[in-house]
Amino acid sequence: MVGPLDRKLLRDLWRMKGQALAIAVVMALGVTMQVMMSGLVSSLDETRRGYYERYRLADVIAPVTRAPEQVLHALAALEGVGAVEGRIGGAALIDLPDRDVPLQAQALTLPYDDAPALNAIRIEAGRLFERGRPDEVVVLDSFAAAHGLRPGDALAATMNGARRSFRIVGLARSPEFLYSAAPGEMVPDDSRFGVLWLSPATMAAAFDMDGAFSEALIGLGRGANEQAVLDAVDRVLEPYGGTGAYGREDMFSNRFVSEEIDGLRESARAVPPMFMAVAAFLLNIVIARMVQAEREEIGLLKAFGYRSAEIGVHYLKLVLAIALAGALLGCLAGVAAGRGMVQLYLAFFKFPFLVFRLEPAAFATGIGVSALAATAGGAIVLRRIFALQPAEAMRPPAPADYASAGHWRGLTRWLDQPTRMVLRRFTRTPFRMAGAVLGITCGMALSVGMLTIHAGFSQAVALSFDVIDRSEASVTFTSAVSDKVLHELARIPGVERVEGRRGVAVILRNGRQSHRGSITGLPDAPELNRALTPALAPIPMRSEGLVLSGALAAKLKLEVGQTLTVEVREGARPVLRLPVVAVADSVLGAPAYMAMEGLNRALGEPGRVSAAALRLDEARAPEIYAWLKDLPTVAGVSLKHEARDAFVTVMNQGAGWTRFIMSGMAFVITFGIIYNAARIALAERARDLASLRVIGFSKAEAAYVLLGELGLVTLLALPLGAVLGAGFAQVLAAAYSSELYTIPVVFLPATFGSAALVVIAGAAISGLLVKRDVDRADLVAALKTRD
Amino acid sequence: MAELAYRAEALTRTYGEGASAVHALRGVDLQLPAGEIVVLLGPSGSGKSTLLNILGGLDRPSSGRAWFRDRELTAMTDRQLTRYRRDHLGFIFQFYNLMPSLTAEENVELVTEIARSPMPPHEALALVGLGARRGHFPSQLSGGEQQRVAIARAVAKQPDVLLCDEPTGALDSTTGREVLGVLQHLNQSLGTTVLIVTHAAATAAMADRVIRFADGAIRSEERNASKLRAEEIEW
Repeated sequence: MVGPLDRKLLRDLWRMKGQALAIAVVMALGVTMQVMMSGLVSSLDETRRGYYERYRLADVIAPVTRAPEQVLHALAALEGVGAVEGRIGGAALIDLPDRDVPLQAQALTLPYDDAPALNAIRIEAGRLFERGRPDEVVVLDSFAAAHGLRPGDALAATMNGARRSFRIVGLARSPEFLYSAAPGEMVPDDSRFGVLWLSPATMAAAFDMDGAFSEALIGLGRGANEQAVLDAVDRVLEPYGGTGAYGREDMFSNRFVSEEIDGLRESARAVPPMFMAVAAFLLNIVIARMVQAEREEIGLLKAFGYRSAEIGVHYLKLVLAIALAGALLGCLAGVAAGRGMVQLYLAFFKFPFLVFRLEPAAFATGIGVSALAATAGGAIVLRRIFALQPAEAMRPPAPADYASAGHWRGLTRWLDQPTRMVLRRFTRTPFRMAGAVLGITCGMALSVGMLTIHAGFSQAVALSFDVIDRSEASVTFTSAVSDKVLHELARIPGVERVEGRRGVAVILRNGRQSHRGSITGLPDAPELNRALTPALAPIPMRSEGLVLSGALAAKLKLEVGQTLTVEVREGARPVLRLPVVAVADSVLGAPAYMAMEGLNRALGEPGRVSAAALRLDEARAPEIYAWLKDLPTVAGVSLKHEARDAFVTVMNQGAGWTRFIMSGMAFVITFGIIYNAARIALAERARDLASLRVIGFSKAEAAYVLLGELGLVTLLALPLGAVLGAGFAQVLAAAYSSELYTIPVVFLPATFGSAALVVIAGAAISGLLVKRDVDRADLVAALKTRD
Repeated sequence: MAELAYRAEALTRTYGEGASAVHALRGVDLQLPAGEIVVLLGPSGSGKSTLLNILGGLDRPSSGRAWFRDRELTAMTDRQLTRYRRDHLGFIFQFYNLMPSLTAEENVELVTEIARSPMPPHEALALVGLGARRGHFPSQLSGGEQQRVAIARAVAKQPDVLLCDEPTGALDSTTGREVLGVLQHLNQSLGTTVLIVTHAAATAAMADRVIRFADGAIRSEERNASKLRAEEIEW
């Protein structure tokens, strides 16, 4: 049975459907964001977990120089070890006809039965190699796709110095290689690093590993202590040239995927609450105004004998209906958008299947916040109205008291009356106007924040590839070789400058903080590959200490002057204590630098380089690459423009992609805020505007009073929004930064200009929409009816 | 015969459609000479306000035509109607419709700023006896004072016609008489045509012409041979 109050409720909703929709949509956007982002993150988490589990990704990888297969039994017997698999791994160079430079690849064994205890692969096309067919190879499908390789195609690869021809029989995915990058490269790139799976016989022959393995894969037992297992494994493998077992945290692909998902998690944590807060704030204000406008009806209901509680419930039902409709809409849209996003990321992360999972907490938060904001907005006003006598509430309110607002004679003497009307609204109702200003300030801040992030992403690319790295190409050598090779490179016609560097695998420790990475040794005053201060001044390299990137210093909680422990993972494996001599501004990865000479001295390996940066005459690049292809010490060549493209791809398709969606939403919310502010102003001034029209003001002149107010509110909000947006940008930049890349906060005048344009455009469109209503106003009705 | 301020032919105005339609005007013919005080009398819903609104360019008839002098109101565009209100009319309403954010004088200036040949705002306020209170905001004025500000605002532009809808409706009898006195004074000193819509029959005593309305049509129209001064009216 629907009572009369409930029928009124439905009709009221229908009557105010336009405004109700505007409110619901803004709220829905906030909730959509929350549901979408949390659903995305939990789905990716679950999908990753499922994929790792189904294909038995190893928990620990322990590389050795060469260990006999019996050692695997010793590893299996260790406490905490659940499963063990030995395999042979080695570097390969793939020569593709369409490429100037050879591509680096990793070659790995797989049992003939395709049932390794750990690190299984998923054949996507074709089949596994067969016994007695040493030339058959299975290729990582993302690499194959990047080069148009298919089963049946031929493939030439150089392994251990010998060039061999293979035939591709299958394409496969592996959770171990969701992402892959050539050694020394920070950014994954499917097209520039391949994985080849070969039969045990082929690999044993190629790398002279009969009856031996070079990588132990270990699965942890239930409840095992990873660190204890790592230590035990290292002890067992020490005599066989073990270079240190490492866990999933340090596996490149997993690390990258984790960084990306964590990046999404961070932005899911930081950004949607801001949108929600803005939406909730707006909802609160609008609902308060809406109830205020019902004042006379409330008086009437009270006069009929309805109790305050009954009326209160009635209006709360009204506002909750709107708020919850918005929240519900947001939940549905969030689920749909989340699903869409997960599909996109599925392709990005190369997960073969999807486990879609929703986060119930996100629904609860979305619905809870909406209900709370609406209830609070309604309740405050209702209390005020209930305090009135019914008769008082039914009468149009007495003229608003502007006496307390002051005359402002000095200022207003020069202004016409409509302008005075605009200004006195601000002095008369400063809090109400402050609310409107704050609302638009939030909109401006969202826009500034999102645009700053966009600028930050561009700046990240420009900084990494134009300012920090000024080379055109980078050559990696097969091992640390004599620096005489630099002269050889310099003699190649077209090479303008050569700069050697030495990369050393290390674990950096500061107390309980540690980082597995590398130290890059650079010339004392590098030209091509530099470390820079935040003000972009070059930092000279020092022999007695490290220059840490900002990201690394933060991770290790180190400041300039403090000392850290460096465990070198190569050669004689010295353990060094080095001070931090400077902190550099870096974008890509978390590098640590040192003077090459000092680094080599510390290692006891003077005059060695492991890579070189080149500046070239671009016109002669093809010749140069042909030269490089023939140098026996060259393991790989990476071209900066390709690395740059790979970086841009990662930023635009990974966690960074959400910035586009968020920007879109920020603009919609900004517009929603401004439009609602304009509508509220119209509702409050309808009678004044009608009076102006009656006494002969034209439509434009009457609208000036309303739009002047909107304009002034907008104008005040712009600088405030710029300041708030600057703070918002800091939070966003931190949320979008990961170990893979750091998003700098760059405040460009253009950013503020564009954000201001967005807000002004929103205000202009809102103004036009509202002006239409001013033009259409029923003058007679507005004059006769309540205020 | 004197120049005509208004002329109307077969005006009808219907709100809504079908069975629920309300016929506010059912064919009104009218001629109002300039310079007179005309009182339109009738109960609520008799159509008198609807007629005033149409003559004031605030509403359009469903059929029929109306003229102000020799210009056809019913053929004007919205823009022309605004111009017409701006140049020729002063409005006075039951609820004053002052701008709460402007002082008494500023409310008057609101109109003088856009009028062609206004009188100085303080003169208009002096005319209604509010010269001393011109710096007050509406919230600081009594109902009668607010209505007098509204009148000052209406007359300040020296309009050809004053249209008053229940000008004394919200006032006590003493204040009401004062307000009517002001209207009468304006009519006599400036020659302004004054059209008053009211259901207070006593007001008729000060009119040159009294038109009685019922059910959307004119029931009677009479000239008042011996009109009273406002202060002589018995309420």
